Amino acid sequence: MTAISNGKLLSVKDLRTYFETEDGTVKAVDGISFELKQGETLGIVGESGSGKSVANLSLMRLIPDPPGKIVSGSITFDGRDVLKLTPREVRDIRGKRIAMIFQDPMTSLNPFLRISKQLMEVTQLHLGHNREQAREHAIRMLETVGIPDARERVDSYPHEFSGGMRQRVMIAMALSCQPELLIADEPTTALDVTIQAQILELIKRLKAETEASVILITHDLGVVAGMTDRIIVMYAGKVFEQAATTELFERPGNPYTRGLLRSVPDPTDEQGHLYQIPGLPPDLARLPPGCPFAPRCDRAEELCRREFPPYVELTPGHYSLCHFASEVFAESADQV
Amino acid sequence: METSAQPLISIKDLKVHFPLSGGSLFRRSRQVVKAVDGVSLDIYPGETLGLVGESGCGKSTLGRAILRLTEPTSGQILFHGNDLAHLSNSAMREQRRHLQIIFQDPYASLNPRMTVSQIIGEPLDTFQLARGQAKKERVQELMEMVGLSARFLKRYPHEFSGGQRQRIGIARELAVDNAFIVADEPISALDVSIQAQIMNLLDRLRRQKNLTYLFISHDLRAIRHVSDRVAVMYLGRIVELADGKTIYKNPLMPYTKALISAVPVPDPKVEAGRRRIVLEGDVPSPINPPRGCRFHTRCPYACEVCREIEPQLVQIKPNHFAACIRISPEEPDIERVAPGAAPGLHAQAASSTA
Repeated sequence: MTAISNGKLLSVKDLRTYFETEDGTVKAVDGISFELKQGETLGIVGESGSGKSVANLSLMRLIPDPPGKIVSGSITFDGRDVLKLTPREVRDIRGKRIAMIFQDPMTSLNPFLRISKQLMEVTQLHLGHNREQAREHAIRMLETVGIPDARERVDSYPHEFSGGMRQRVMIAMALSCQPELLIADEPTTALDVTIQAQILELIKRLKAETEASVILITHDLGVVAGMTDRIIVMYAGKVFEQAATTELFERPGNPYTRGLLRSVPDPTDEQGHLYQIPGLPPDLARLPPGCPFAPRCDRAEELCRREFPPYVELTPGHYSLCHFASEVFAESADQV
Repeated sequence: METSAQPLISIKDLKVHFPLSGGSLFRRSRQVVKAVDGVSLDIYPGETLGLVGESGCGKSTLGRAILRLTEPTSGQILFHGNDLAHLSNSAMREQRRHLQIIFQDPYASLNPRMTVSQIIGEPLDTFQLARGQAKKERVQELMEMVGLSARFLKRYPHEFSGGQRQRIGIARELAVDNAFIVADEPISALDVSIQAQIMNLLDRLRRQKNLTYLFISHDLRAIRHVSDRVAVMYLGRIVELADGKTIYKNPLMPYTKALISAVPVPDPKVEAGRRRIVLEGDVPSPINPPRGCRFHTRCPYACEVCREIEPQLVQIKPNHFAACIRISPEEPDIERVAPGAAPGLHAQAASSTA
């Protein structure tokens, strides 16, 4: 890690990623800013269409252009602006210093290539391993992620592994070059609960061992609760709230976050009528003029429909995009 | 749930086996996937019975077999004095107006070439329940009931979001007077905020129309929220059955314990203080399920006897059933059972003679 980063591994400022479609410009990510400290785990939470995955693909410069385009902003990774790098320089970072795991391990592994080959490619490319070294490294990585009989199974094809095992292979591949940043996009959504628990424990353990920073993207508030230090809540391409994990769950300062938290059934609680956020997520090509959440918000007033809300800092590091952020924050405190 | 009430549906030793064709031309292998392998279950009128389990445990197959969308291999499904498993096709069709299913994928379960009013009106035609103006009014009424504006009557499914499509699917099921609805992962494909809407809708309709649900899901939080009683399935068998609160607070069978401890709770403080039972390995294949207790390969409490004896679902506490020979009504807490002891063997023997 270089000194200029002063503990910040990644800093995203006013990032905007737009898509040109037949319906008009879709502002999938529209002016988001956040920072990630060395060794920190950041959760990005949002429903489908909130822009959480596009944000993450933008970090890796993986937005298909056309139709997509990063129209403005900066992404500073370890002191350098990723958006100003040449494609070659980006390739050097991608997979080596920043690695990703995706939701569906079946579509992100090549079904025609043996696991060994796919794992070896990474270190041969980035670490300059010869075949022998790469193979030994691949076996070691599979052992690290808990594949039994790794030496015998390294030459299997992806279809010979179960979903949980494939996700372990993906993690092995992602961690092959000891990346400084691991981006996990819904890593357990396609998996069963007991397998999800295995994978989350694994990510936690490997993170502690390698001291990597992690961005965990998910729609599941339960997953981020146990895994992250800080959370960003996204809605309609914008960051609606940002706070330390405990504070966000205890004292949400945004009506959307509050609604989201209340609409997840808490299995430890007595059951009653479940809170529901009315209506549907907005069409990103036709956003209302004021706050994009106003049509569904239980707290919205005339002002919300007219003017775009301010990004209010409630406590150091706790931000909320809402005209009534302070009021909502105060209300949440009363409820505890 | 009143156990004295008459069950609406009574399933007895239901099996659904799928033969696998395999091997070479001359040496056919006779492998069988035992998707559902001896399930007995009563579902009472007006209740929501939650059926939970991991992928491949047979929960969807069970739901489909009850409605004869998949042919059962053996066993009985008693419904209003008929055995659905053995009805002729025409007699079965007669029963179908009382039996409906809501599917997981709201994108695949609606005909893209039909308008919403055609989709919702189709069962009215099939069962000759309403025609002309009466049918039109009924369709509108159904749309309003599920929270869709009657303005959308002439629209096609692709014009709707996932949550709205699921509402259309639900309206279609309500077109006939249902006694019993199988809801097969009805909220899994939806966003969190929409899931809450659909769960509330299903609950309201149940009370308004006195429906009975078999709610199938892998999501324990949703199951706990909507269900009166919960049945846990593992490799084709029901391994635990109790009311929702009990199964969550005080699970008895080791698999249920692990399953519940694996559910992430949306509260960082609870998460920080939790002891999680992380199971080793994957669910074994239902082609050759392990001998004895099917869970013994992953069970932290398994002993020698577990490899040999297949446990039956027996009552351990009042209205709380579990399939585990290591626990018994006298000693329901597996943590306190001596290593290797199987106090439940006695209860097993009693239940098999009963």
